[in-house]
Amino acid sequence: MSFDYDKYIRPGKLPHIWCPGCGHGIVMKGLIRAMDTLNLKKENTAIVSGIGCASRLPGYIDCCTLHTAHGRAAAFATGVKLAKPEMNVILCGGDGDGTAIGGNHFIHACRRNIDMTYIIMNNYIYGMTGGQFSPATPTGHKASTTPYGNPDPCFDIAKLAIGAGATFVARGTAFHANQIDKLIVEAIQHKGFSVVEILDDCPTTYGRRNKYKSVIEMMNRLKEVAVPVKAAEKMTAEQLQGKVLTGVLYKDETKPEYTAEYAKVIERAKASK
Amino acid sequence: MEKKLPKIEIIEKYCKGCHICVEFCPTKVLEMRGFVVGVKNLEACIKCMQCELRCPDFAIKVSAE
Ligand SMILES: Cc1ncc(C[n+]2csc(CCOP(=O)(O)OP(=O)(O)O)c2C)c(N)n1
Ligand code: SF4
Ligand code: SF4
Ligand code: SF4
Ligand SMILES: [Mg+2]
Repeated sequence: MSFDYDKYIRPGKLPHIWCPGCGHGIVMKGLIRAMDTLNLKKENTAIVSGIGCASRLPGYIDCCTLHTAHGRAAAFATGVKLAKPEMNVILCGGDGDGTAIGGNHFIHACRRNIDMTYIIMNNYIYGMTGGQFSPATPTGHKASTTPYGNPDPCFDIAKLAIGAGATFVARGTAFHANQIDKLIVEAIQHKGFSVVEILDDCPTTYGRRNKYKSVIEMMNRLKEVAVPVKAAEKMTAEQLQGKVLTGVLYKDETKPEYTAEYAKVIERAKASK
Repeated sequence: MEKKLPKIEIIEKYCKGCHICVEFCPTKVLEMRGFVVGVKNLEACIKCMQCELRCPDFAIKVSAE
Protein backbone atom coordinates (compact mmCIF):
# COMPACT_ATOMS: atom_id res chain seq x y z
CA MET A 1 0.00 0.00 0.00
CA SER A 2 1.13 3.47 -0.86
CA PHE A 3 1.86 5.57 2.23
CA ASP A 4 -0.16 8.76 2.58
CA TYR A 5 2.50 11.38 3.37
CA ASP A 6 0.09 14.19 2.45
CA LYS A 7 -1.62 13.71 5.78
CA TYR A 8 1.43 15.29 7.47
CA ILE A 9 2.62 17.77 4.84
CA ARG A 10 1.53 21.40 5.03
CA PRO A 11 -0.67 22.04 1.99
CA GLY A 12 1.09 23.69 -0.93
CA LYS A 13 4.61 23.24 0.49
CA LEU A 14 5.87 20.70 -2.05
CA PRO A 15 8.08 20.49 -3.99
CA HIS A 16 10.60 21.10 -1.21
CA ILE A 17 13.76 23.18 -1.67
CA TRP A 18 16.27 20.35 -1.42
CA CYS A 19 18.47 19.50 -4.41
CA PRO A 20 17.93 16.42 -6.60
CA GLY A 21 19.00 13.36 -4.62
CA CYS A 22 19.52 15.19 -1.32
CA GLY A 23 18.88 12.70 1.47
CA HIS A 24 17.08 15.19 3.71
CA GLY A 25 13.82 14.33 1.95
CA ILE A 26 14.35 10.64 2.68
CA VAL A 27 14.86 11.45 6.37
CA MET A 28 11.76 13.64 6.44
CA LYS A 29 9.71 10.78 5.03
CA GLY A 30 11.11 8.49 7.73
CA LEU A 31 10.09 10.98 10.40
CA ILE A 32 6.58 11.23 8.95
CA ARG A 33 6.19 7.43 8.97
CA ALA A 34 7.42 7.36 12.57
CA MET A 35 4.89 10.05 13.56
CA ASP A 36 2.18 7.98 11.91
CA THR A 37 3.26 4.74 13.60
CA LEU A 38 3.10 6.44 16.99
CA ASN A 39 -0.07 8.29 16.02
CA LEU A 40 1.42 11.57 17.26
CA LYS A 41 -1.13 14.35 17.45
CA LYS A 42 -0.23 17.52 15.55
CA GLU A 43 -1.21 19.78 18.42
CA ASN A 44 0.89 17.75 20.83
CA THR A 45 4.06 17.47 18.76
CA ALA A 46 6.69 20.15 18.29
CA ILE A 47 9.49 19.92 15.73
CA VAL A 48 12.29 22.39 16.38
CA SER A 49 15.28 23.16 14.16
CA GLY A 50 18.19 25.55 13.77
CA ILE A 51 19.51 26.81 10.43
CA GLY A 52 20.73 24.94 7.36
CA CYS A 53 19.25 22.83 4.58
CA ALA A 54 18.45 20.07 7.08
CA SER A 55 16.89 22.62 9.41
CA ARG A 56 14.31 23.52 6.77
CA LEU A 57 12.52 20.25 7.53
CA PRO A 58 9.96 21.48 10.10
CA GLY A 59 8.57 24.01 7.61
CA TYR A 60 7.04 21.15 5.62
CA ILE A 61 5.37 19.26 8.42
CA ASP A 62 1.91 20.07 9.66
CA CYS A 63 2.32 20.19 13.44
CA CYS A 64 3.75 22.70 15.95
CA THR A 65 7.06 23.82 14.46
CA LEU A 66 9.85 26.23 15.35
CA HIS A 67 12.60 27.27 12.95
CA THR A 68 15.04 29.01 15.26
CA ALA A 69 18.58 30.45 15.26
CA HIS A 70 21.66 28.62 13.99
CA GLY A 71 22.73 25.91 16.44
CA ARG A 72 20.03 26.82 18.96
CA ALA A 73 17.39 24.16 18.34
CA ALA A 74 18.25 22.40 21.61
CA ALA A 75 17.89 25.62 23.62
CA PHE A 76 14.47 26.50 22.16
CA ALA A 77 13.32 22.89 22.39
CA THR A 78 14.35 22.72 26.05
CA GLY A 79 12.13 25.74 26.69
CA VAL A 80 9.19 24.09 24.93
CA LYS A 81 9.64 20.83 26.81
CA LEU A 82 9.98 22.49 30.21
CA ALA A 83 6.90 24.61 29.63
CA LYS A 84 4.90 21.67 28.25
CA PRO A 85 6.43 18.39 29.43
CA GLU A 86 3.48 16.45 27.98
CA MET A 87 4.46 17.42 24.42
CA ASN A 88 6.48 15.25 22.08
CA VAL A 89 9.48 17.39 21.22
CA ILE A 90 11.58 16.51 18.21
CA LEU A 91 14.69 18.42 17.15
CA CYS A 92 16.27 18.22 13.77
CA GLY A 93 19.15 19.76 11.88
CA GLY A 94 22.47 19.20 10.21
CA ASP A 95 25.98 18.29 11.33
CA GLY A 96 27.11 21.92 11.09
CA ASP A 97 24.17 23.29 13.02
CA GLY A 98 24.40 20.61 15.70
CA THR A 99 28.12 20.06 16.20
CA ALA A 100 29.81 23.35 15.21
CA ILE A 101 27.87 26.46 16.22
CA GLY A 102 25.40 24.36 18.23
CA GLY A 103 27.88 21.88 19.70
CA ASN A 104 27.60 23.41 23.13
CA HIS A 105 23.80 23.20 23.24
CA PHE A 106 23.96 19.67 21.88
CA ILE A 107 26.25 18.26 24.57
CA HIS A 108 24.37 19.94 27.39
CA ALA A 109 21.01 18.67 26.18
CA CYS A 110 22.62 15.20 26.20
CA ARG A 111 24.01 15.77 29.70
CA ARG A 112 20.63 16.87 31.08
CA ASN A 113 18.87 13.87 29.61
CA ILE A 114 15.74 15.87 28.81
CA ASP A 115 13.03 13.80 27.11
CA MET A 116 13.35 14.87 23.48
CA THR A 117 14.46 13.23 20.22
CA TYR A 118 17.18 14.81 18.14
CA ILE A 119 17.47 13.77 14.49
CA ILE A 120 20.82 14.90 13.16
CA MET A 121 21.33 14.69 9.41
CA ASN A 122 25.04 14.26 8.90
CA ASN A 123 26.06 15.03 5.33
CA TYR A 124 29.64 15.91 6.46
CA ILE A 125 29.39 19.50 5.26
CA TYR A 126 27.71 22.90 5.53
CA GLY A 127 25.41 22.32 2.57
CA MET A 128 23.35 25.48 2.64
CA THR A 129 26.21 27.95 2.56
CA GLY A 130 28.15 26.30 -0.24
CA GLY A 131 30.16 23.48 1.28
CA GLN A 132 32.41 24.73 4.06
CA PHE A 133 33.86 21.92 6.21
CA SER A 134 32.10 21.00 9.43
CA PRO A 135 33.30 19.13 12.54
CA ALA A 136 31.94 16.00 10.82
CA THR A 137 33.94 16.38 7.58
CA PRO A 138 36.30 13.38 7.46
CA THR A 139 40.02 14.06 7.59
CA GLY A 140 41.48 14.56 4.13
CA HIS A 141 38.13 15.30 2.49
CA LYS A 142 37.49 18.41 0.47
CA ALA A 143 35.28 21.34 1.28
CA SER A 144 35.18 24.87 -0.13
CA THR A 145 37.31 25.91 2.86
CA THR A 146 39.63 22.88 2.69
CA PRO A 147 40.42 22.63 -1.03
CA TYR A 148 43.65 20.74 -0.28
CA GLY A 149 42.00 18.30 2.11
CA ASN A 150 40.68 18.73 5.62
CA PRO A 151 43.48 18.50 8.22
CA ASP A 152 41.05 18.19 11.16
CA PRO A 153 40.06 14.92 12.81
CA CYS A 154 36.25 14.67 12.77
CA PHE A 155 33.63 13.97 15.42
CA ASP A 156 31.86 10.66 15.61
CA ILE A 157 28.49 12.26 16.39
CA ALA A 158 26.90 9.17 17.92
CA LYS A 159 29.90 8.61 20.21
CA LEU A 160 29.89 12.28 21.14
CA ALA A 161 26.24 11.94 22.18
CA ILE A 162 26.97 8.84 24.28
CA GLY A 163 29.96 10.51 25.91
CA ALA A 164 27.93 13.62 26.71
CA GLY A 165 25.21 11.62 28.46
CA ALA A 166 22.40 10.96 25.94
CA THR A 167 20.51 7.85 27.01
CA PHE A 168 19.40 6.58 23.59
CA VAL A 169 21.74 6.78 20.62
CA ALA A 170 21.11 5.25 17.20
CA ARG A 171 22.53 5.59 13.72
CA GLY A 172 21.03 4.98 10.32
CA THR A 173 21.66 6.11 6.75
CA ALA A 174 19.71 7.70 3.92
CA PHE A 175 20.28 4.52 1.91
CA HIS A 176 18.64 2.34 4.59
CA ALA A 177 15.38 4.25 4.23
CA ASN A 178 13.27 1.48 5.70
CA GLN A 179 15.16 1.60 9.00
CA ILE A 180 14.89 5.36 9.57
CA ASP A 181 11.32 5.38 10.86
CA LYS A 182 11.98 2.39 13.12
CA LEU A 183 14.94 4.10 14.78
CA ILE A 184 12.95 7.31 15.23
CA VAL A 185 10.00 5.42 16.72
CA GLU A 186 12.29 3.81 19.32
CA ALA A 187 13.97 7.14 20.01
CA ILE A 188 10.65 8.93 20.61
CA GLN A 189 9.42 6.12 22.85
CA HIS A 190 12.56 6.33 24.97
CA LYS A 191 12.13 8.52 28.05
CA GLY A 192 15.24 10.72 27.97
CA PHE A 193 17.43 12.51 25.45
CA SER A 194 17.58 10.43 22.26
CA VAL A 195 19.89 11.05 19.36
CA VAL A 196 19.37 9.55 15.91
CA GLU A 197 22.26 10.28 13.58
CA ILE A 198 21.42 9.70 9.94
CA LEU A 199 24.38 9.52 7.57
CA ASP A 200 23.15 11.58 4.68
CA ASP A 201 24.29 12.81 1.30
CA CYS A 202 24.83 16.29 -0.09
CA PRO A 203 25.55 15.69 -3.77
CA THR A 204 25.71 19.41 -4.50
CA THR A 205 28.44 20.68 -2.20
CA TYR A 206 30.13 17.55 -0.88
CA GLY A 207 29.67 14.86 -3.50
CA ARG A 208 30.98 16.86 -6.41
CA ARG A 209 34.10 18.01 -4.57
CA ASN A 210 34.90 14.57 -3.30
CA LYS A 211 34.76 12.86 -6.68
CA TYR A 212 31.42 11.16 -6.39
CA LYS A 213 30.13 10.89 -9.92
CA SER A 214 26.48 10.70 -8.90
CA VAL A 215 23.92 10.51 -6.14
CA ILE A 216 23.82 6.77 -6.77
CA GLU A 217 27.52 6.46 -5.95
CA MET A 218 26.92 8.32 -2.71
CA MET A 219 24.00 6.02 -1.86
CA ASN A 220 26.07 2.94 -2.64
CA ARG A 221 28.83 4.17 -0.38
CA LEU A 222 26.35 4.47 2.50
CA LYS A 223 25.24 0.93 1.72
CA GLU A 224 28.82 -0.35 1.79
CA VAL A 225 30.07 1.33 4.96
CA ALA A 226 27.07 0.54 7.17
CA VAL A 227 27.30 -2.51 9.42
CA PRO A 228 24.42 -3.36 11.77
CA VAL A 229 25.60 -3.61 15.42
CA LYS A 230 24.58 -7.26 15.63
CA ALA A 231 26.61 -8.19 12.55
CA ALA A 232 29.59 -6.22 13.86
CA GLU A 233 29.78 -8.43 16.96
CA LYS A 234 30.93 -11.29 14.75
CA MET A 235 33.48 -9.23 12.82
CA THR A 236 37.18 -8.68 13.51
CA ALA A 237 38.71 -5.24 14.02
CA GLU A 238 40.28 -5.63 10.61
CA GLN A 239 36.95 -6.36 8.94
CA LEU A 240 35.46 -3.32 10.66
CA GLN A 241 38.09 -0.95 9.25
CA GLY A 242 36.32 1.94 7.52
CA LYS A 243 32.86 0.68 8.50
CA VAL A 244 30.23 2.54 10.49
CA LEU A 245 27.94 0.85 13.00
CA THR A 246 24.20 1.26 12.48
CA GLY A 247 21.15 0.48 14.58
CA VAL A 248 20.62 1.20 18.27
CA LEU A 249 24.12 1.85 19.62
CA TYR A 250 23.33 2.75 23.21
CA LYS A 251 20.39 2.69 25.61
CA ASP A 252 20.25 3.53 29.33
CA GLU A 253 16.90 3.49 31.07
CA THR A 254 18.22 4.21 34.56
CA LYS A 255 19.36 7.83 34.33
CA PRO A 256 16.84 10.37 35.71
CA GLU A 257 14.98 12.41 33.12
CA TYR A 258 15.25 16.19 33.37
CA THR A 259 11.63 17.39 33.30
CA ALA A 260 10.74 14.83 36.01
CA GLU A 261 13.66 16.03 38.13
CA TYR A 262 12.71 19.63 37.52
CA ALA A 263 9.14 18.96 38.68
CA LYS A 264 10.64 17.72 41.96
CA VAL A 265 12.61 20.95 42.30
CA ILE A 266 9.36 22.90 41.89
CA GLU A 267 7.71 20.76 44.59
CA ARG A 268 10.63 21.32 46.97
CA ALA A 269 10.56 25.04 46.34
CA LYS A 270 6.79 25.18 47.04
CA ALA A 271 7.15 23.09 50.21
CA SER A 272 9.84 25.38 51.57
CA LYS A 273 7.60 28.45 51.42
CA MET B 1 -6.55 -15.37 -14.97
CA GLU B 2 -5.25 -12.00 -16.00
CA LYS B 3 -2.49 -10.57 -13.78
CA LYS B 4 -3.54 -7.44 -11.94
CA LEU B 5 -1.06 -4.68 -12.62
CA PRO B 6 -0.10 -2.19 -9.93
CA LYS B 7 -0.59 1.51 -10.49
CA ILE B 8 2.52 3.69 -10.51
CA GLU B 9 1.78 7.37 -10.20
CA ILE B 10 4.51 9.87 -10.95
CA ILE B 11 3.97 13.41 -9.77
CA GLU B 12 5.99 15.14 -12.44
CA LYS B 13 5.99 18.55 -10.80
CA TYR B 14 7.74 17.06 -7.74
CA CYS B 15 10.21 14.76 -9.55
CA LYS B 16 13.73 16.20 -9.70
CA GLY B 17 15.18 13.44 -11.82
CA CYS B 18 17.67 12.24 -9.20
CA HIS B 19 17.70 8.70 -10.62
CA ILE B 20 17.37 6.99 -7.22
CA CYS B 21 14.14 5.13 -8.05
CA VAL B 22 15.44 4.06 -11.45
CA GLU B 23 18.66 2.67 -10.00
CA PHE B 24 17.24 0.85 -6.99
CA CYS B 25 14.20 -0.71 -8.65
CA PRO B 26 15.10 -4.41 -8.56
CA THR B 27 13.26 -5.23 -11.78
CA LYS B 28 14.11 -2.13 -13.83
CA VAL B 29 10.58 -0.91 -14.26
CA LEU B 30 11.51 2.77 -14.45
CA GLU B 31 13.54 4.96 -16.76
CA MET B 32 14.49 8.60 -17.08
CA ARG B 33 12.63 10.60 -19.70
CA GLY B 34 14.50 13.83 -19.86
CA PHE B 35 14.46 15.30 -16.38
CA VAL B 36 11.60 13.24 -14.98
CA VAL B 37 11.06 9.56 -14.43
CA GLY B 38 8.75 7.41 -16.52
CA VAL B 39 7.36 3.86 -16.38
CA LYS B 40 9.08 1.65 -18.94
CA ASN B 41 7.92 -1.82 -17.99
CA LEU B 42 4.94 -1.96 -15.64
CA GLU B 43 4.57 -5.72 -16.17
CA ALA B 44 7.85 -6.28 -14.33
CA CYS B 45 6.80 -4.40 -11.20
CA ILE B 46 6.83 -6.63 -8.13
CA LYS B 47 5.26 -3.95 -5.87
CA CYS B 48 8.24 -3.94 -3.56
CA MET B 49 7.67 -0.21 -2.89
CA GLN B 50 11.41 0.54 -2.95
CA CYS B 51 10.93 3.43 -5.36
CA GLU B 52 8.23 5.06 -3.24
CA LEU B 53 10.24 4.52 -0.05
CA ARG B 54 13.49 5.97 -1.40
CA CYS B 55 12.25 8.92 -3.47
CA PRO B 56 13.43 12.05 -1.60
CA ASP B 57 10.77 14.13 -3.31
CA PHE B 58 7.41 12.43 -2.64
CA ALA B 59 7.16 12.07 -6.41
CA ILE B 60 6.30 8.39 -6.92
CA LYS B 61 3.46 6.32 -5.52
CA VAL B 62 2.80 2.65 -6.07
CA SER B 63 -0.56 1.12 -5.29
CA ALA B 64 -1.23 -2.57 -5.44
CA GLU B 65 -4.63 -2.34 -7.14
C1 LIG C 1 24.81 32.82 13.34
C2 LIG C 1 24.93 32.28 11.98
N1 LIG C 1 26.14 31.93 11.50
C3 LIG C 1 26.27 31.41 10.26
C4 LIG C 1 25.17 31.22 9.48
C5 LIG C 1 25.35 30.67 8.08
N2 LIG C 1 24.92 29.30 7.97
C6 LIG C 1 23.70 28.99 7.52
S1 LIG C 1 23.42 27.35 7.38
C7 LIG C 1 25.02 27.01 7.89
C8 LIG C 1 25.55 25.61 7.98
C9 LIG C 1 24.54 24.54 7.85
O1 LIG C 1 25.14 23.27 7.82
P1 LIG C 1 24.41 22.00 8.36
O2 LIG C 1 23.81 22.27 9.69
O3 LIG C 1 25.35 20.85 8.29
O4 LIG C 1 23.17 21.83 7.38
P2 LIG C 1 23.12 21.36 5.84
O5 LIG C 1 22.92 22.63 5.09
O6 LIG C 1 24.39 20.68 5.52
O7 LIG C 1 21.93 20.47 5.78
C10 LIG C 1 25.71 28.19 8.16
C11 LIG C 1 27.11 28.24 8.60
C12 LIG C 1 23.91 31.58 10.01
N3 LIG C 1 22.78 31.38 9.30
N4 LIG C 1 23.82 32.09 11.24
S1 SF4 D 1 23.06 21.91 -0.80
FE1 SF4 D 1 23.35 19.80 -0.14
S2 SF4 D 1 22.29 19.65 1.84
FE2 SF4 D 1 21.54 21.49 0.79
S3 SF4 D 1 19.69 20.81 -0.32
FE3 SF4 D 1 21.43 20.70 -1.75
S4 SF4 D 1 22.15 18.58 -1.56
FE4 SF4 D 1 20.85 18.98 0.23
S1 SF4 E 1 7.47 -1.04 -6.66
FE1 SF4 E 1 9.48 -2.05 -6.76
S2 SF4 E 1 9.43 -3.16 -8.66
FE2 SF4 E 1 7.74 -1.69 -8.77
S3 SF4 E 1 8.65 0.10 -9.78
FE3 SF4 E 1 8.86 0.42 -7.60
S4 SF4 E 1 10.92 -0.35 -7.12
FE4 SF4 E 1 10.34 -1.17 -9.12
S1 SF4 F 1 13.45 9.11 -6.89
FE1 SF4 F 1 11.76 10.60 -7.00
S2 SF4 F 1 12.69 12.54 -7.58
FE2 SF4 F 1 14.20 10.92 -8.01
S3 SF4 F 1 13.84 10.40 -10.16
FE3 SF4 F 1 12.60 8.99 -8.96
S4 SF4 F 1 10.57 9.97 -8.78
FE4 SF4 F 1 12.02 11.54 -9.48
MG1 LIG G 1 25.49 19.41 6.83
